[in-house]
Amino acid sequence: MTTELSLSDHAHALHPPTSTGLDNRKVAIWTFIGSECLFFASLISTYLVYKGRDTKGPTPDEILQIPLVTFGTALLLFSSLFVVIALNGAQTGNRKRLLFWLGMTIVCGMFFVGMQVYEFQHFVHEGLKLQTNLFGASFYTLTGFHGTHVTIGVIWLITVFITALRGKLPPERALNLEMAALYWHFVDVVWIVIFPVVYLMK
Amino acid sequence: MATSAVSHAGHASAIHVEKSGIWSWITTVDHKRIGILYGASAFLFFLIGGIEALLLRIQLGSPENTFLSAEAYNQLFTMHGTTMIFLGVMPLSAMFFNYFIPLLLGARDVAFPRLNAFSFWVFLFGGLFLNVSFLFNAAPNAGWFGYANLTSKQYSPGLNVDFWVIGLQILGVSSLAAAVNFFTTVVNMRAKGMKLMRMPMFVWMSFITQILLLLAFPVITVALILLMFDRLFGTMFFTASLGGDPLLWQHLFWIFGHPEVYILILPAFGIVSEILPVFARKPLFGYAAMVFSGAFIAFLGFGVWSHHMFATGMGPIADTVFSLATMLIAVPTGVKIFNWIGTVAGGSLQFRTPLYFSLGFIAMFIIGGLSGVMHASPPADLQQTDTYFVVAHFHYVLFGGSIFALTAGAYYWWPKMFGRMLSEKLGKVHFWLMFVGFNLTFFPMHFVGLHGMPRRVYTYPAGLGFETMNQIETAGSMVLAIAFLVFIYNIIQTARKPADAPADPWNGATLEWSIPSPPQEFNFAEEPVVHSRDPLWETKRERGGKLPEPARVSGAGIHLPNPSYWPILAALGVGSVFVSIMLVHTLGPIAIAAAVLFFFFCVFKWAFEPAG
Amino acid sequence: MDSHAAHAPEAQGLDPHEKSHPGPGVYIKIGVVLFVLTALEVAAYEVAHRPGSLGTLLQPILVPVLLLLSAAKFALVAMYYMHLKQDSKLFSGLFVFPLIIAAVVIVSLIALFIYHYSYQRGML
Repeated sequence: MTTELSLSDHAHALHPPTSTGLDNRKVAIWTFIGSECLFFASLISTYLVYKGRDTKGPTPDEILQIPLVTFGTALLLFSSLFVVIALNGAQTGNRKRLLFWLGMTIVCGMFFVGMQVYEFQHFVHEGLKLQTNLFGASFYTLTGFHGTHVTIGVIWLITVFITALRGKLPPERALNLEMAALYWHFVDVVWIVIFPVVYLMK
Repeated sequence: MATSAVSHAGHASAIHVEKSGIWSWITTVDHKRIGILYGASAFLFFLIGGIEALLLRIQLGSPENTFLSAEAYNQLFTMHGTTMIFLGVMPLSAMFFNYFIPLLLGARDVAFPRLNAFSFWVFLFGGLFLNVSFLFNAAPNAGWFGYANLTSKQYSPGLNVDFWVIGLQILGVSSLAAAVNFFTTVVNMRAKGMKLMRMPMFVWMSFITQILLLLAFPVITVALILLMFDRLFGTMFFTASLGGDPLLWQHLFWIFGHPEVYILILPAFGIVSEILPVFARKPLFGYAAMVFSGAFIAFLGFGVWSHHMFATGMGPIADTVFSLATMLIAVPTGVKIFNWIGTVAGGSLQFRTPLYFSLGFIAMFIIGGLSGVMHASPPADLQQTDTYFVVAHFHYVLFGGSIFALTAGAYYWWPKMFGRMLSEKLGKVHFWLMFVGFNLTFFPMHFVGLHGMPRRVYTYPAGLGFETMNQIETAGSMVLAIAFLVFIYNIIQTARKPADAPADPWNGATLEWSIPSPPQEFNFAEEPVVHSRDPLWETKRERGGKLPEPARVSGAGIHLPNPSYWPILAALGVGSVFVSIMLVHTLGPIAIAAAVLFFFFCVFKWAFEPAG
Repeated sequence: MDSHAAHAPEAQGLDPHEKSHPGPGVYIKIGVVLFVLTALEVAAYEVAHRPGSLGTLLQPILVPVLLLLSAAKFALVAMYYMHLKQDSKLFSGLFVFPLIIAAVVIVSLIALFIYHYSYQRGML
């Protein structure tokens, strides 16, 4: 087939070396992450500006509990470790390492989302809804959008996991995992900020 | 054109025949076609915004006029502002980004061609969505900056503000996707030898614009999310009685809004910086100073937002800080103006239409810049804010600045895009009508503003001394309308002429003039190598004269990305996600889930689409 | 048809601008440090909220201590897990510059609102 011919003959023309020598997709994901910084900065600002200005409770002091969320925090931290080990597996062609640790990452991510769903349900039960007070509104919005990012990350990692399972993630395509991993780490560092700011400085 | 490509390419493995038909436009991933799509749709939206402005001017032509109701007036001025900013100037700039960033860089396409198509379709759907609101008589009506708490459910119970919130969210997705794409393109797709400090000034200013987009748009996204939650789910972010603070909206909006005005003007700076050297026959004066002043303007642009809020009573310290920072921006802006003047001074000026519009830009932008510095001072601002003085100011920078420069760019690059030269004669008629009409419309606004005429009010009583000035303004707006009719006439006349524009009609300095007009799908048959800031001038100098007319070649063996319909479907997915959120109380959360699933489905199909 | 074959030239190992990433050993060490720092955060919180001399001592400096610990964790993840330490400086710029703007936005918004309220209440 002519198209196939042109593919193999002109592989270099298809993806010319870039001006910086860096892959376009890696530049793009970092650009996107940079942009996301301002997204979370705006949400965190909103939370902090409104902190302590509630006209009625429950306030953070009354409702936030540390043990459960510390567990979630640890899960997210470990998942960051796991995904970078999985990436190492992908880059070195160590299929076992790739699949196992990527699977572990996904499990941790799912548990984190589960933790958050449980926490939200618990808070609603305790009388804190989105509409209850400023704390409720800004807390659910901030942590909810973080949770949405975690969920999207989990979905992304699952698709990469499936490609890996089907043997379509050889070392030269490790960037497919690296992009998802970078996004995942970013979601983790956002939580590294949210955890002390929201829970420990209540 | 098409036949020559075919005859050359009969035996080649990958031939590039000019594709046609509507399907080829829907699935196109060619940056040039996407640029034309951006330009055409943005120009249509621009005309809609212009008609809205004309209606406003007719209403204000006489005191206590009843041509428009107060409600209609509110919808029209809100949509005029929103349209001109988000559907006019920004996508018109995007047209030039799309068409010319790759050409000026010597690249064959942008970094992510399909993402580029996606950005366009999302923009188009967002623009159509905003304008569809007119059919429901529910066009946004709370002003282009939608101040809380006017936008709350209590004071704006209709769908008007929902259309605005959701429309802007959709457009934000488009802008962010495009910004990631163009940022990566400039970083990674430069021709061999094109170091950062050899990039054409238009690429530099566009590059800085992308950074502003990337950092400013997430903030408005969050502000709109908060407003959306207030309106749809009963939160109280901006409800003072429940502890919320309407001022937070103003802060978040202007943290976005001030960089946004540089998003509107920096591409215009870039266009003028390309045109002036070519028509003055000498290189751009102070290249490095131009780059750094542009970067400095953008950086400072993040630290001045509260000068839009002096009237809120922030307190003397905050007022002082933001006032000083704002005045500081006058310095790099002044550097740019002096550099343009330095470029023109002593040049052998070729008085063609693009130069007319560029010189008009400099003059009008200086006036707008100076009135801007005036309300950088809080005591002066308290007199001027919310009056027609401010309206005069920002029209001098956005119309006198951006639109004049974009028009200059249209005349300059038209032959490259369409292979036909726009008529010089009609172009100059267009310029003088626009120049006179613009000043008639907006200069008197300085006076009525300082006399105390408030903006955003649908009428004014007789006897306050506003009548004559307003009549002049309305007459001026008619002249402006005629100017654009002349432009449209020029376009139609030009489209009927044979496509015989030479590759390099203006003796250009940059790479796009080295290839045929219009360029072939693959842009450059051979990837260019760059040794200086004005690569084409340098080549011509070395050869001791003009370059030979570039031949149309088959481009055999040059790989180009395949057309794809997943971008438009994914864009449809984005649109349906947001619309289903807006209608959540009618359609229920199931609709959102369905829309999200559809969007994810498109993204997966896109991601796993064979690249070959 | 293997459509992705063309990605081969830009594979990780062939990229001349990037030093190679560290292995699992380094990652695990960093993981341990991160875990310890998190434990310190929670411990600081617990101590500061408990009656006793140590609690009274820690209470006023709890916020800066937590911010420091959080910043340290943030930096470790960014440098080692996101490979900013080894990868091109461009990526560091793409992350750090927005972070600076983000910090400026957060800090100035908080300062503006505190100042605004105190000004309105006549406290300044």
